[in-house]
Amino acid sequence: ESPSRINETTQRIEKILVANRGEIACRIMRTAKRLGIRTVAVYSDADRNSLHVKSADEAVHIGPPPARLSYLNGSSIVEAAIRTGAQAIHPGYGFLSESADFAKLCEDMGLTFIGPPASAIRDMGDKSASKRIMGAAGVPLVPGYHGSEQDIELMKSEADKIGYPILIKPTHGGGGKGMRIVQSPNQFIESFLGAQREAAASFGVNTILLEKYITQPRHIEVQIFGDKYGNVLHLYERDCSIQRRHQKIIEEAPAPNVTNDFRSHLGQAAVSAAKAVGYHNAGTVEFIVDKGSGQFYFMEMNTRLQVEHPVTEMIVGQDLVEWQIRVANGEPLPLSQSQVPLLGHAFETRIYAENVPKGFLPATGFLHHYRPVAVSSAVRVETGVEEGDTVSMHYDPMIAKLVVWGENRAAALIKLKDCLSKFQVAGVPTNINFLQKLANHRSFEDGNVETHFIENHKDDLFIDPNNSLLAKEAYSSGRFSATLVAACLCEKECSVLKGSPPGGSSLHPIWYSHPPFRVHHLARRTMVFEWDNEYDGSGSNDLTVTLSITYKPDGKYLIELGEIGSPGLEVKAMHIHDHDFRVEADGLSMNVSLATYSKDETKHIHIWHASHHHHFRQKLGLDLCDDDETQYKTRFETASHPPGTVVAPMAGLVVKVVVKDGSKVEEGQPILVLEAMKMEHVVKAPFAGYVHGLQVTAGQQVSDSSLLFIIKGHNSTTLVFSQLFLLGIMRTGIKFSVV
Amino acid sequence: NSYPWKANPIHFLQQRRHFCMAVLPNGIDRNSEAFTRNSNAMDGLISDLQSHINKVLAGGGDLAVKRNRSRNKLLPRERIDRLIDPGSSFLELSQLAGHELYEDALPSAGIITGIGPVHGRLCMFVANDPTVKGGTYYPITVKKHLRAQEIALHCKLPCIYLVDSGGAFLPKQAEVFPDRDNFGRIFYNQAIMSAEGIPQIALVLGSCTAGGAYIPAMADESVMVKGNATIFLAGPPLVKAATGEEVSAEDLGGAALHCKTSGVSDYFAQDELHGLAIGRSIIKNLHMAGKLRMMNGLHNLNLDYKEPLYDVKELRSIAPADLKQAFDIRSVIARIVDGSEFDEFKKLYGTTLVTGFARIYGQPVGILANNGILFNESALKGAHFIELCTQRNIPLVFLQNITGFMVGSRSEANGIAKSGAKMVMAVSCAKVPKVTIIVGGSFGAGNYAMCGRAYSPDFLFLWPNARISVMGGAQAAGVLSQIEKANKKKQGIQWTKEEEDRFKTKVVDAYEREGNSYYSTARLWDDGIIDPADTRKIIGLCISASMNRPLEDTKFGVFRM
Repeated sequence: ESPSRINETTQRIEKILVANRGEIACRIMRTAKRLGIRTVAVYSDADRNSLHVKSADEAVHIGPPPARLSYLNGSSIVEAAIRTGAQAIHPGYGFLSESADFAKLCEDMGLTFIGPPASAIRDMGDKSASKRIMGAAGVPLVPGYHGSEQDIELMKSEADKIGYPILIKPTHGGGGKGMRIVQSPNQFIESFLGAQREAAASFGVNTILLEKYITQPRHIEVQIFGDKYGNVLHLYERDCSIQRRHQKIIEEAPAPNVTNDFRSHLGQAAVSAAKAVGYHNAGTVEFIVDKGSGQFYFMEMNTRLQVEHPVTEMIVGQDLVEWQIRVANGEPLPLSQSQVPLLGHAFETRIYAENVPKGFLPATGFLHHYRPVAVSSAVRVETGVEEGDTVSMHYDPMIAKLVVWGENRAAALIKLKDCLSKFQVAGVPTNINFLQKLANHRSFEDGNVETHFIENHKDDLFIDPNNSLLAKEAYSSGRFSATLVAACLCEKECSVLKGSPPGGSSLHPIWYSHPPFRVHHLARRTMVFEWDNEYDGSGSNDLTVTLSITYKPDGKYLIELGEIGSPGLEVKAMHIHDHDFRVEADGLSMNVSLATYSKDETKHIHIWHASHHHHFRQKLGLDLCDDDETQYKTRFETASHPPGTVVAPMAGLVVKVVVKDGSKVEEGQPILVLEAMKMEHVVKAPFAGYVHGLQVTAGQQVSDSSLLFIIKGHNSTTLVFSQLFLLGIMRTGIKFSVV
Repeated sequence: NSYPWKANPIHFLQQRRHFCMAVLPNGIDRNSEAFTRNSNAMDGLISDLQSHINKVLAGGGDLAVKRNRSRNKLLPRERIDRLIDPGSSFLELSQLAGHELYEDALPSAGIITGIGPVHGRLCMFVANDPTVKGGTYYPITVKKHLRAQEIALHCKLPCIYLVDSGGAFLPKQAEVFPDRDNFGRIFYNQAIMSAEGIPQIALVLGSCTAGGAYIPAMADESVMVKGNATIFLAGPPLVKAATGEEVSAEDLGGAALHCKTSGVSDYFAQDELHGLAIGRSIIKNLHMAGKLRMMNGLHNLNLDYKEPLYDVKELRSIAPADLKQAFDIRSVIARIVDGSEFDEFKKLYGTTLVTGFARIYGQPVGILANNGILFNESALKGAHFIELCTQRNIPLVFLQNITGFMVGSRSEANGIAKSGAKMVMAVSCAKVPKVTIIVGGSFGAGNYAMCGRAYSPDFLFLWPNARISVMGGAQAAGVLSQIEKANKKKQGIQWTKEEEDRFKTKVVDAYEREGNSYYSTARLWDDGIIDPADTRKIIGLCISASMNRPLEDTKFGVFRM
């Protein structure tokens, strides 16, 4: 069939509404702009000033922050498209990207949905149905139960048939949400119910499927593309095995350590899968590869542009968003299968706002400092945020995707490591240090990846506080960084004073000359830092670094640790501009970047030098003359909580309170369930005892580190006291003498 | 060639001098024997000085310092460091006051004073040192406190009192309590300054007993630190003796009592750092709105100034090891003024007094510097130059190295007394800022004409080699022995040569001891001994501090013509 005649009659897209937010919205708009297509953004109240809104030619407000009232609200998005005259809607990934209903709605309203046909979405969206279709098309499947009968007893017997370990997952949705691994039959019921609840909350459908759990799996997926004329091709595979919490954090293309033969088999299977559902536009066929047997099985098909699509773009030299638009315009695929090149190797790392030591819990906060690495033809940074933005609890906490390309895997990996060490984020905890550790791991360097990589290498990737040798090394690195921080802070202060002395035009700047003048002695000051490290979560005193800084007449700083008189380090710091310094210490000259911001009566200082990044805190006090919010207040420290206190591990919504206040609980017994970032977190009793002070209720929003409850021993007097203690904290009016 | 200076420095300088008369020559030969001799002598003096300074910087000894730290208290200099703007300079005054003055050591007279900026406003700090005799006031402590207030009053500097004192040192009450310039004057000054709108701020960081209690009580605003600060007229022991009442120091006069009940204090601080932070914010909130005259600001300043062409450290090699040797004061000026540029006034007349205009850190100054004994012409030239500077509101810098006015029949007949009086009149009445540095001798009426302590210069500092006395030791011995000889003759007593020599030696020794810079600085006849290499810096800071006050017109008295 010749497409040329159809082209003439189809109206081409001149304006696109991007029904998404964050980096993907920005990325889509970038291509659209390059093609001369005008762009419309939609935004919730939380995103009013977001980058994706600023990047668009027009932007339409579509509702309050919760996604179900804004970015999941199909009708208001369609309305926005009609209002702005957009002919097409690009859904990005997540949100409505895999909603057949939404795709249908678009078609009904005369809008082009840039994606596959609604039927394909529907077929592939239902995981059980998709497997049936794939099985029929001859694509290999993992043994499992995909029935619509969801009776819990039946499910359990099916599970027993497949054999443990078993994977439970919702038939709808993706991204690991609601997924659970069950090791033994007695855990089945609890996990099953939890998965159902999460599925209902996230996708509105609570059907569940069961699968054999492969113990040494690799996650390899194939990028496929189809046009409206039945042509389907693949753009090679991506290995996305490095995952945490069932979510990918490092992806690469092509997959390492696979043969060309395997590669073409996999590609063929993916193309067959797509053809089986009459697919067009971009899609991904995910396979699970059993490392032991080398067997691959179909897992699911994602009917959207994937988060990790840039690695494919890097190795084939194509813009997939452009392909999407062209296919939506009714054009045929620009290349044939044999024309698709395979050039070098690419990595993508997802930089998340998350708390790695707290089990990768999503983090929220203000991006006080955000300086991604410089981009080039071989380095891409896909980001939807800017310095000064807030990573809110409403959406995915991904800050950016770092994509690098190299001639081969080794070359790309070197670039990746370098870029990670220079990627600066301060204000929210991130996984950058962790990604660096992953990238530097010998097994990763060897391409020896699997989905349990992090779990299998946890001893190397996470710091064991009992390993004194590692801790010692870490401390000496931390102390050295603190020394550099002190010198840079003094130097920065000096250049600030030079630029704008506090006296303005009323005081001679001679009073702020450098080094500060003293009669017959050298000016000296003390700085106390709390070192925020990953090596010790216990909050012991070792984390405090006290530095004594002496201003030498030649402008250098003599920096001594702890007591005055300890062997000091002479440091020369040059303030280059803004955050950048050149520092000479111990015969070594290096680039140093510093970011500082104040929050909660604390000054936060981040330092980057070589491949190190450290975070220090400094109590706000007299050292800061410029901050107006230095008003002193006694701080209610979390460290001063009585033992047994349980605080919220993160900001979130209480979805369920399992036990009543005052009830007796066993160690590890679930107390309440917290939902944040669309994930459920069961808060359990740290030890056996009675629950006290449990005042939160289902539906209540709690902030990070807020007090949830206290587990107390059996003694009734402790009970009374603890309650009074709590009251004492909350209402200062109550005196303890009452007890 | 874009770097003529580097290519041929001597030629460049000569050329520059040819076209621009203002640039002073080097004046020092680094390879000369005198240079080495002078450097060695000054190095000896400075290392002596530094060892004395190191002792006073250590405060009242390890034990007292440790006790102080155990109470979560900082040392007074550390307190000041945390009050002034981070990274700013502090001009400490009279570090060696009290030096060998009493049987016990009294480091820095037990009180630290000096000037530094807080939120860009220069303030006078007066900080008791609780490690020195419990911060009690010896007579010299009172004198140092009053001197700081005098400067503050004169330069309109807000006063911050860091109170941590046991009050008057009772064994010496007769020298501390009753006289005009004694303890009571502190509170009188507070009242007078407050009335003038010069803020008086007290931070009570420790005890504040008896008379000392009036420091916070008389202050415009005061802060007390929980746990450490107490204010009471009589401490618990005295209360018990007087009334039998037993009460703890905290209940009798702690921060809670005075901030919540008595109202003696205004701000309650959780700890010392908090207290100091409140002190900073008090200064931040001063707002001198409507009092702009008190913040003279930077008028007629060239902030794009050049450093001197010659190394300021060479100031340590100028003063001759032998006081009798003369040196060209221009070599000192060349190392003090911006770009070593000095526009000399009346260069060819009265050459023993060098006068001229220059800038120090961009601030215009008129300099009067001795280059020998004062003659009629020199004195007249000096009076003329002072008149010029007062008319133009140019601060005066006196560089003293003077043995006195010329004596002898010819001089007297020429009316040297009259000429000297003119200069003294001019110096006394000049209302512009005045800074005196004694770089060598300061003898007799020369001390007066060159703005000695009695002429209330805003600041007066000594080089370590400085000597101050009414005349030289040998001259005094000669005069006194002649009088003594005459007296003895009247009584018919014969004075042997040995007796006369012994008498003379005694006088010379006394003059030697009392004319010493340490003797002077211990008694607060000056504001401190400085390293010659710091001279430029300190004059710069002093001029800046003295320019804080509003301009004042000078009115001279009757000049004897």
